[in-house]
Amino acid sequence: MTALIDLKNVNKYYGDYHALRDVSLEIAQGEFFSLLGPSGCGKTTLLRTIAGFEDPSDGTLHIAGADMNGVPANARPTNMVFQSYAIFPHLTVAENVGFGLRKSPSSKTDKMKSVEEALEMVGLKGFGGRAAHALSGGQRQRVALARALILKPKVLLLDEPLSALDKKLREQMQSELRRLQRQVGITFILVTHDQEEALIMSDRVAVMFEGEIAQLADPQTLYKRPLSRKVGDFIGVMNFLPAAVRNATAIELDVAGLGPVTIAPDQAPSTAKTGPAEVGIRPEMMSILFEGEPDRETIAEGIIKDRAYYGDMTYYDVHLKNVDQPITISMKNIIGRPVLDIGDTARVSWDARSLVLFSD
Amino acid sequence: MLSRLAGMDAPLAILNTENKKGLALISAPLGYVIAMLAVPLAAILLISFWTQDFQTFDTTPTLNNYREAVTDPLYRELLFRSIRIAGLVTLVTVLLAFPIAYFISFHVAPSRKSLWLFLITIPFWTSYLIRVFLWKVILGFNGVLNSGLQTVGIIDEPLTFILYNANAVVITLAHAFAPFAILPIFVALEKIDRSLLEASQDLGESKLSTFFRVTLPLAMPGVVAAVLIVFIPTIGDYVTPRLVGGPDGLMIANMIQVQFLRLNNAPMGATLAVIAMVSVSLIALLFVALNRRYLRGPR
Amino acid sequence: MKSLRTYAILYLIFLYAPIALLPIFAFNDATIIAFPLSGFTTQWFTELPQIPALIDSVKNSLYIAVITAILSTLLGICAARAAAKYTFRFKRPIMGFIMVPLVLPEIIVAVSLLVILLQLGLSLGAGTVIMGHVLICTPFCIAILNSAFQNLDPAMEEAAIDLGETPWSTFRLVTLPLVSPAIISALLISFTISLDEFIIAFFLTGTEPTLPVYLWSQLRFPARIPVVMALGTILVAGSILLLILAEMMRRRGLRRAGLQDKGGFL
Repeated sequence: MTALIDLKNVNKYYGDYHALRDVSLEIAQGEFFSLLGPSGCGKTTLLRTIAGFEDPSDGTLHIAGADMNGVPANARPTNMVFQSYAIFPHLTVAENVGFGLRKSPSSKTDKMKSVEEALEMVGLKGFGGRAAHALSGGQRQRVALARALILKPKVLLLDEPLSALDKKLREQMQSELRRLQRQVGITFILVTHDQEEALIMSDRVAVMFEGEIAQLADPQTLYKRPLSRKVGDFIGVMNFLPAAVRNATAIELDVAGLGPVTIAPDQAPSTAKTGPAEVGIRPEMMSILFEGEPDRETIAEGIIKDRAYYGDMTYYDVHLKNVDQPITISMKNIIGRPVLDIGDTARVSWDARSLVLFSD
Repeated sequence: MLSRLAGMDAPLAILNTENKKGLALISAPLGYVIAMLAVPLAAILLISFWTQDFQTFDTTPTLNNYREAVTDPLYRELLFRSIRIAGLVTLVTVLLAFPIAYFISFHVAPSRKSLWLFLITIPFWTSYLIRVFLWKVILGFNGVLNSGLQTVGIIDEPLTFILYNANAVVITLAHAFAPFAILPIFVALEKIDRSLLEASQDLGESKLSTFFRVTLPLAMPGVVAAVLIVFIPTIGDYVTPRLVGGPDGLMIANMIQVQFLRLNNAPMGATLAVIAMVSVSLIALLFVALNRRYLRGPR
Repeated sequence: MKSLRTYAILYLIFLYAPIALLPIFAFNDATIIAFPLSGFTTQWFTELPQIPALIDSVKNSLYIAVITAILSTLLGICAARAAAKYTFRFKRPIMGFIMVPLVLPEIIVAVSLLVILLQLGLSLGAGTVIMGHVLICTPFCIAILNSAFQNLDPAMEEAAIDLGETPWSTFRLVTLPLVSPAIISALLISFTISLDEFIIAFFLTGTEPTLPVYLWSQLRFPARIPVVMALGTILVAGSILLLILAEMMRRRGLRRAGLQDKGGFL
């Protein structure tokens, strides 16, 4: 089976500025796919290239097997939800949603019916007669969705659609978007700079830096096994400790503060060599042992330098012996577990399976 | 996308298609201004070096017109008077306008600001000729002001110092150019971040010293724009001096008109026009240079 | 801040005082414009339609104003669109140059045009006045249209293209409706400016005077002053009406675009 969207070696130059560097990507039918990265990483350029608003300088783009070279945006089987929503302020909600049906041969009553259905799908039943400029942010977003979905595109492109909404509304829309995507079965491509949003919503995520895809994986792999320090740092919080690789085939290393460790091949890059390297570990993958809790094999000693109380969690900055930089450890505030003070000694337990080796 | 790139100094190659589309669109208005303004101005400059004998031009280049314009006391007097009157008009207009702009920007509720601006601009859009003529009617010997004051009994004899002299020209022009001065100052005042004023007071300045140390310097770009936008057109005003100026209130534009339409001496008229424009430009540049420390900064 | 408000109100009175006198003396039953008023009459208004030269000049002025409004608005649309949508070389100096007629003394514009038109052998008349008026009206149109085009979210046009429209139908279905209030307001403003303009018309009109040029010729005759006042009343009332219309259009445009009102025309 061929991919619905197939990009091969796509480059985009703006003069000397290399906006997309040799991007190759396959996206399957029905997938919820995210392009994640900081601003200026090329994710929006990539989305607009798929939509047809930018032409690639070289490389090919196929959608559903058809070469998109020279196909203008208005002839592509894609529709877009814009960051500003771009709701036409001079039209009603129904006229906005039905905008793309103007040239369709179906009868007026059929068109009205599909507008009604689209509005119902996004939870705006009965809003058709309203003036577009009187809508709230969340409602605009829904209208933009209905307007893009009414043409039954093969791909729906979403350019940071939730960035303008406040936190509560954003979280609500995240689950609604997910539900909607499962319901219609259309491929969604979402551009976002919010790593949490990408993890929550996507089947797969492409992390982009400086016009390149740094890693393409499902959310769990991305979080647990980032391929580079940069990806690990961008997604969630990660501690980095200097390490020395003693044996690159059995993968034995010495990690500062933690001592000798042996890790599995999936925790290290295939290019791992003996010599200096770095390991990453997530804050929740370590824990501080409290009194009365059973001892573990792998224990490191440290002193608490700082703490931040979040209610459900407490984050500690712990200075491990022989390590310059403090590491962050997060602890759930469960019943009977005290919050430690700055200056207290901490016995830190960890697990070799939680480590990721970086060789870059 | 491109506007963002343009902001970071995008290389020209990218902008090639943009460049062409933009230039194609702008070429119509640009071409019009070149044909109807730049070329005629160049022609005026050229003709100022010619001489005219009744209907025919003698195209031998000569500086005689300029020599005459500089040496003849009549022309000199008219030019200096025009600059003096325009300067006075500018001073009066801007001084009167600043408090209004300040009032609208700082003391009028945001929803009513555009109503105030609209009220101020309306008179500007009504027939200039009629407005100037009305001032003549108001200020005249038997005019509205004198007859009104006499009816009420404040004066016995009509006031004569208010018509057919430079004072009348100043009053009339200050009235005519009011909105021109108010709008740029208002725009500059609107741009001032209000928290700057609170910061100044928080740091111990009084309301008055805050005005002089924060508000006024930040409003200067608007004041400079107002000065230029009033000074430049008034120096070439024709109608006002003609109607209310009397012999002592005539200005350079009146002489330009006489040279062109009455004396059939277009080269002399052109010379006077060139001299007027050059003087205006020099004064404007000097003024901007003197105020350049207020004009810097992010715009 | 009471004193500032008082000053503002006095200032408005100063601005409006001359215009307020127009209707007072237009309906006054005396040929001399002075207090005390002598009585009410509509005589000066009824005389107006009986002056053939006046009627001709009004027709001439209306013709010039309509053509000027259309041409300068078209040029203004080109310039505003180019400024808002495209990045091109020398954009700032070009835009600045196009706005120059706004500040240039009108007498300079008038004489320089006169010289060149006569050298080209063109005969003076409505056409030459239109040429001059378009030059000075275009910057005003650009100022009005600029904000409308600048406020237009580029994503609006992309959204229409994305939904299957061609560039031309996008312009017709999305761009034009969104900027049309500004276009109407530009038309009205340039119409008003052209109708009122005197200097350029004075130099370029030839034997067919425009209304202001005709008015100018009448100001010399004291006996004609009451009629001039009556005519002035009609002109000012007309201008104010057109302006209110233009302002309403501008506000409607802002509302349509869902934007905050940030002030007047310029």
